Amino acid sequence: MAKIRGSIVVDIERCKGCEICMVSCPTGTIKMSGQVNGKGYFYALPANPELCIGCANCAVVCPDGVITVYKTKI
Amino acid sequence: MTEVTGIKDYIKPENLVYSKTRLMTDNILHYCPGCGHSTAHRILAEIIDEEGLQQDAIGVSPVGCSVFLYNYLDIDWQEAAHGRAPALATAIKRLNPGKVVFTYQGDGDLAAIGTSETIHSCNRGENFLIIFINNGIYGMTGGQMAPTTIPGMKSSTSPYGRDTGQMGYPLKITDIVATLPGTYYVSRQSVHTALNVRRAKRALRKAVQYQSLNRGTCFVEIVSNCPAGWKMTPVEANRWMEENMLPYYPLGDLKVPSAETSVIPDNKE
Ligand SMILES: Cc1ncc(C[n+]2csc(CCOP(=O)(O)OP(=O)(O)O)c2C)c(N)n1
Ligand code: SF4
Ligand code: SF4
Repeated sequence: MAKIRGSIVVDIERCKGCEICMVSCPTGTIKMSGQVNGKGYFYALPANPELCIGCANCAVVCPDGVITVYKTKI
Repeated sequence: MTEVTGIKDYIKPENLVYSKTRLMTDNILHYCPGCGHSTAHRILAEIIDEEGLQQDAIGVSPVGCSVFLYNYLDIDWQEAAHGRAPALATAIKRLNPGKVVFTYQGDGDLAAIGTSETIHSCNRGENFLIIFINNGIYGMTGGQMAPTTIPGMKSSTSPYGRDTGQMGYPLKITDIVATLPGTYYVSRQSVHTALNVRRAKRALRKAVQYQSLNRGTCFVEIVSNCPAGWKMTPVEANRWMEENMLPYYPLGDLKVPSAETSVIPDNKE
């Protein structure tokens, strides 16, 4: 059976580290980075990229429009 | 741009399911982390883009945290004095009946200093859309109590919580305008979860389409957060909002066009 797979791209410098994407991701793909961006925010990153299903919840809920989402069947 | 990516193999143009709309400028939003204003701006921009209304939309930005809204959506704008956006929008729409005209206002702007403009424009049935961001306080000026502050809610001018005996009751202005014959579509939404963002976008899209029919005022409240003003993290603020604000301001449509007058099908996202 085909599996749905996704991938996200996080624009680090726009991220404000609010963590709303992290709590909205149903698969636990996103964690906060241990490093800060140019503004001093711990940014979001796809820490478990293989778990992403491309549902776009993170991008839809991100206030700052930081995340781009791709989705495919493999 | 500096970016981190998931699995690179899947990143191809044909697999794209979500990216920031081109109608949003590249300016970094000045809002605090997690602020619902940003999310509300984004879904509004997406709708204007998807409906092909960039050339026809005229927004009126308020006084409040969203005063710089005109820096973020690449459409035509006017800036109104505090609370007066509906008066300005009245003039704009009456002079340009073919344009898509909307105001975007906070609760201090719309339900305190601008109460009169809000109620009378809705009562006159002016043919524009009012987008009302209710975060329960005056965000920009330091978190003072607003007419919308819920009972017991702390603010910088009600540090022990709103005491209704002394400070009066919250004003459910959306419920009030829904009773006026001049309003055509009235809805209350929120943008704190992905599901709610999708629902809010559907309601806002309907409101944008309805306002083009020129059959009365459309009014969409978005119950929102103010993590900085509430002194919470964004995730805590959203949880607090869900547990405390939403029971007081329940989500959903308050007024929908009757079957005979509605010509727009219920559309999917
Ligand atoms: C005529 C006038 N009175 C008062 C002010 C001060 N003022 C600026 S923003 C604001 C309140 C904004 O609160 P709200 O509309 O709830 O928007 P938010 O900042 O929470 O988004 C006030 C009272 C002003 N700019 N102009
Ligand atoms: S697209 Fe869905 S599964 Fe992938 S990171 Fe975003 S929320 Fe998680
Ligand atoms: S929701 Fe957006 S701004 Fe907030 S942490 Fe996630 S990517 Fe960053």
